[in-house]
Amino acid sequence: MTTVAATTIKARQRPGDRIFSSATLIAGSLILAVLAAVAIFLLVESLPAFIADPAEFSGDTTNFWSYVGPLVFGTIYSAILALIMAVPVAIGIALFISHFAPRKLAQGLGYLVDLLAAVPSVVFGLWGIGVLAPLAQPFYSNVVDWFGWFTPFAGPVSGTGRTIFTVSIVLAVMILPIITAICREIFLQTPLLHEEAALALGATRWEMIRMAVLPFGLPGIISAAMLGLGRALGETMAVAMVLSPSREVIFQLLTSQNSNTIAANIALNFPEAHGVGVNVLLATGLMLFVVTLLVNMLARAIINSRKAFSGAN
Amino acid sequence: MTSVVEASPLTNSLTAGKLPRRSSLWVLLASWAVSAAVFAMLFLSGNVDGFNVVGTVVFGTVLYCVAIYVLSRLVEGSRKAKDRLMTALVTAAFIIALLPLVSIIYTTVVNGLPAFLTPTFFTSSQRNVVGAGGGVLHAVIGTLMVTGMATLISVPIGLLAAIYLVEYGRGRLAKAITFFVDVMTGIPSIVAGLFAFALFALLFDDPGIRFGFGGAIALTVLMIPVVVRSSEEMLKLVPNELREAAFALGVPKWLTILKVVLPTSIAGIVTGVMLSIARVIGETAPLLIIAGFTSSMNYDLFGERMMTLPVFVYTQYANQGADSQAYIDRAWAGALTLIVIVMLLNGLARLIAHWFSPKLGR
Repeated sequence: MTTVAATTIKARQRPGDRIFSSATLIAGSLILAVLAAVAIFLLVESLPAFIADPAEFSGDTTNFWSYVGPLVFGTIYSAILALIMAVPVAIGIALFISHFAPRKLAQGLGYLVDLLAAVPSVVFGLWGIGVLAPLAQPFYSNVVDWFGWFTPFAGPVSGTGRTIFTVSIVLAVMILPIITAICREIFLQTPLLHEEAALALGATRWEMIRMAVLPFGLPGIISAAMLGLGRALGETMAVAMVLSPSREVIFQLLTSQNSNTIAANIALNFPEAHGVGVNVLLATGLMLFVVTLLVNMLARAIINSRKAFSGAN
Repeated sequence: MTSVVEASPLTNSLTAGKLPRRSSLWVLLASWAVSAAVFAMLFLSGNVDGFNVVGTVVFGTVLYCVAIYVLSRLVEGSRKAKDRLMTALVTAAFIIALLPLVSIIYTTVVNGLPAFLTPTFFTSSQRNVVGAGGGVLHAVIGTLMVTGMATLISVPIGLLAAIYLVEYGRGRLAKAITFFVDVMTGIPSIVAGLFAFALFALLFDDPGIRFGFGGAIALTVLMIPVVVRSSEEMLKLVPNELREAAFALGVPKWLTILKVVLPTSIAGIVTGVMLSIARVIGETAPLLIIAGFTSSMNYDLFGERMMTLPVFVYTQYANQGADSQAYIDRAWAGALTLIVIVMLLNGLARLIAHWFSPKLGR
């Protein structure tokens, strides 16, 4: 018997290989550097806002936190409302495409929903103000007349329909495609054997979905909703164009006074801002960046942890 | 000898009690008819002006959900009834999602066409234009230059990063890059604009800086993650056998990637790049922040404000002059131009993917 010495064979290093692999490495690292740079430059430029003189702020606000407070509220309020509207519909669409529609049509129908994501946000803004707000306004007056005793629906009703509720509908439409796309992907990963087993036991199609598809897809649905939340939090132009803003915390959905969102506030005020005003807006942008970054990281972490278990890929 | 037994209709508990085929279709039509009759009566009685088509369809559909549930429950039992109800609801969810898409495209075309078709719309800028007239040439040029520059920067970086992730990257760095690329796709576009502003305001020490290249940088931040993700997916689709065959022939790794892997996946990569262009070409907020707005032509990416199409739509809408209808018309026409560009890019990308995609096995 001969024993072979365990020597590792090293590939010859060619200059071309070295140059190419380091180029790709640099490009990859550059992405991380860009993300870090976004955080650093925003932080540096927004520092003056935190120590700004009270006189620099207009209106009742005297420091940065009282300025950003109502904006944070408006951002989260509108995004959550949008999420409540979008998630059930998105799950429905995803189920329709993955389990109900005829196989041949399914992909084409998926493209149709994706087209919704391709519409620029400024067009959504025009549509919201030109079509949706006038369409919804009579409905709002009825709701205020009938359910005015319930605080969120209290009057006086907005005469233009440019309320935070309209904004939430527009936001819901805008985040539908991303939630749908991820839900669809997750639903299609359901182990076929689970589905067939449920059907073989005599379950109807809906019972099969309840027993096999939804429990399997739940983490995916949650993270899809969170990605949608991230989008809704950062959406700018549609909100800036549709909302008639004010600077307070307002729970009413249908009045002409609405809490503005961070992103829309920046877009509306940045062109005319000067001095510390610019830094204040940058600081609110930093808040937005941190919040969306955390939401997105959490969502991605959930999706990734699920990927390892599913065995589908 | 086998005797042929006449197949008698089965009457067992498993098959009994089924609604006839196509019954759901008939129930749907019937509910729409009933609801149309109700609304027609309201219309004829003179209480409301105009026949409410939307109301007809909505109430007809709700009526259908109730009717099919009750009918199916009576004939087929509660489980099947629930199944039918959920089928109706899920289908309705899909239709609901299509309504805004149809409505947006319809209103944009109807409102945008008048100004879109004026002869000066694509041949002049807004310089010295008050009221009607003028065009979007300055915005179209600006959009092409800013988006083109962003593409020039982000495609090489994104493609190389994708190659790193698929061909070289192992271990922690690759995992971190994959994770943060995913996270970066969720960065709000306005934050990208603020970043570009903060970067160049510090770099040039100019607190009111506005120029086209800054807009390109902001779009790059938004575009790179999309390019990386789509290219990565496409590179992963290249069969390993091709790489192994090339290695076996003694081809260096970098040449394998350049001459074997990239040509195989080029159609998919081009598709991904076009989709990413379609995504950033409609971005408004970052360009509003760093590229600013103007009504004049500007061919210089590195100096002065530069108009782009989405910002044109926004400013026409937001700063209406005395003849406000002219401004609104131009805003819709700009929106129509944007939608046409985005849809063309999307359609072309899908066609490229369809025509040139490598035929894998089956």
